[in-house]
Amino acid sequence: MDTDQPPGRPSLLSRLVRAWAGEEPVRHYKLLRRNITVIMSAVAIVPLFVMVQLNHYEYRKVLWSEVEDPMRVLLNKTRQSFQLFLTERQSALSFIASAYTFQELADGKNLTRLFQVMRKELGGFVDLGLIDSSGVQVSYVGPYRLEGKQYRDHKWFQEVSVKGSHISEVFQGYRGFPHFVVAVRHSQPDGRDFVLRATIDTDMFVSLIRSLELDPKSDAFITNRSGVLQTPSRFYGTFLEQLPIPVPPIRFEPTIVETMDPTGHPILLGYTYFESPSFVLFLIKPRDEALRGWHPFEGGIATIFLVSAGVIILVAHRISTVLVRRIDEADRRRELALRTMEHTNKLASIGRLAAGVAHEINNPMAIINEKAGLMEDLLGQMPDFVARDRFLKLTASIRHSVGRCSDITHRLLGFARRMDVQIESIDLNELVTEVYSFLEKEAFHRNIEVRLELAEDLPTILSDRGQLQQVFLNILNNAFEAVTDRGLVVIKSREQDRDTVAVSIRDNGIGMSEATKQRIFEPFFTAKKAHGTGLGLSITYGIVNKLGGNILVESTEGQWAEVTVLLPRQRAEGPVE
Amino acid sequence: MTMQQLTVVLVDDEKDFVENLSKRLQLRGIRATATTDGEQGLEAITRLRPRVAVVDVKMPGIDGLRLLRRIKELSPGTQVILLTGHASTQDGIRGMELGAFDYMTKPVAIEALLDQINKAAGSPRVGDDDRGRFAP
Repeated sequence: MDTDQPPGRPSLLSRLVRAWAGEEPVRHYKLLRRNITVIMSAVAIVPLFVMVQLNHYEYRKVLWSEVEDPMRVLLNKTRQSFQLFLTERQSALSFIASAYTFQELADGKNLTRLFQVMRKELGGFVDLGLIDSSGVQVSYVGPYRLEGKQYRDHKWFQEVSVKGSHISEVFQGYRGFPHFVVAVRHSQPDGRDFVLRATIDTDMFVSLIRSLELDPKSDAFITNRSGVLQTPSRFYGTFLEQLPIPVPPIRFEPTIVETMDPTGHPILLGYTYFESPSFVLFLIKPRDEALRGWHPFEGGIATIFLVSAGVIILVAHRISTVLVRRIDEADRRRELALRTMEHTNKLASIGRLAAGVAHEINNPMAIINEKAGLMEDLLGQMPDFVARDRFLKLTASIRHSVGRCSDITHRLLGFARRMDVQIESIDLNELVTEVYSFLEKEAFHRNIEVRLELAEDLPTILSDRGQLQQVFLNILNNAFEAVTDRGLVVIKSREQDRDTVAVSIRDNGIGMSEATKQRIFEPFFTAKKAHGTGLGLSITYGIVNKLGGNILVESTEGQWAEVTVLLPRQRAEGPVE
Repeated sequence: MTMQQLTVVLVDDEKDFVENLSKRLQLRGIRATATTDGEQGLEAITRLRPRVAVVDVKMPGIDGLRLLRRIKELSPGTQVILLTGHASTQDGIRGMELGAFDYMTKPVAIEALLDQINKAAGSPRVGDDDRGRFAP
């Protein structure tokens, strides 16, 4: 007795089916739900996405600089080391050229001694030679036979004569070793210039680079400005081969670009130009290697984002489903409440109308009654009147008919009398009999047998007369509709237990299926194809509920149906809506 | 007290009904007077001082219950039987509270009405000057 929901709430599937059958506007709710889901998801995911992108971008920048900065530092340091190495050698020659005269240097023994000192102190020198102003090598110490060689037409000689010093590119020397040349010019006071020239091997270059201790995938080397390798590269060639990568534009600060190596792998190319000599220092790192820390991070971020987005969408969908279902329920409840109110109002107006009509009719009927009565009285004083007996029969008939009218109007007035709830002591047997009397005529015409098996000692209950009349009228009506002509309807009343009485109405009509039984009290559900709002029983259920009672339905499809109304003897508090 | 001397005033706006009823009561030996509105009725009652008055509840002008009150004021010895085409326990209780003797619904069986008139006539007399109310 304490449920406040009609049994058998419709599942989403059944509602969809009904929507398909054109019964309910489920589609409008599906749209609403989709919209809410989309908006909620968007509102959550878009900022998340923006943040992820920002984060991504910022982190990339940081990572980038973490990769680039060391490269730049390395490039700088390496260039400085190179320049230092070259400057040392050049300074040494300048020193010697300034400290000794041409004659002194022209002496082979002197030159040899100087050469040995230089080799010992500085290292890297392969040979040393003195060239006079006309370009003739006048004295030479070293492995090659270069005495007397004429250099006047050589470019380097011309350059050193003009600029005063020269550092050559690496070249393939005699016997195939890569060398480069450092030369300085010295101007004597007597106007005779001479050039001091030394060949230096490139071992120092190579060990300089080796000392960088690069990781195995990276590469560092020097080329000239046309891209000819001056030092061997790990991956791209050896001395004097052309670097397969195009030489980037002139930059004297360490610069890093992203590009592709000849095999198509993306690389980070760091480089810097030397001011003198005209070399370019390269530092190459494969990009994937450099950004090795990036991918797991990126992958992690992407995973987190996708999972979050998924969760957000799921939750949004769930929430919107719940929301929309609530809205739907609320809408339906409101609809039901409105209809119930309409129904009650309708009943109230009918009631008032009926009361008015009944009252109006009663007066003329009273007149008919009185006139007929007067006729009888007058006839009573006319014992010799020929047609006396006949007339008396007729007046009796008139009064009998008036009596019938009177019954009907009184019944009608009784039914319509109370629209507000009034609790009083009610004899259910009497009430049910009265309700039946409304349908007596129909039962008679359709040959429906109605049996009243009412408990004799049924205790009275405290309840509202008007509403109980509605309830039983509705149920009895349904029973009548369910049976065919010559059917049977049995109305029983009994004391159920100490606190409850039961009234059941059983018919041997078409009954209802299990499915119908589940939904019989649902608002808007109707088993009647043509007419019927589907509200009668749901309102009835509501009324019984409010009165503190309960309704039970039993049936075998095609055979019988029984509706039992249980009512408390004391009116319990109705359920809180 | 014999029926011959019983005076009854009838008040009902349905002329046909009240005159008819009056005639039938006269045939049974009652001195019945028919009136068709509250004013007339009150006038007749104060003039004739009947033992019993039969009053319709729903009338234009002074309705039955107000008339009842006036009757109780002006002629407290008169017992009032209320008649109506519209039976409602509430009105009945109200009527009884106001001092009516009984409450009957139309159409009314003449014998039942006679019974009640006799009962009303036989109930304890109250003096004309006694303005006390009857207990229902």
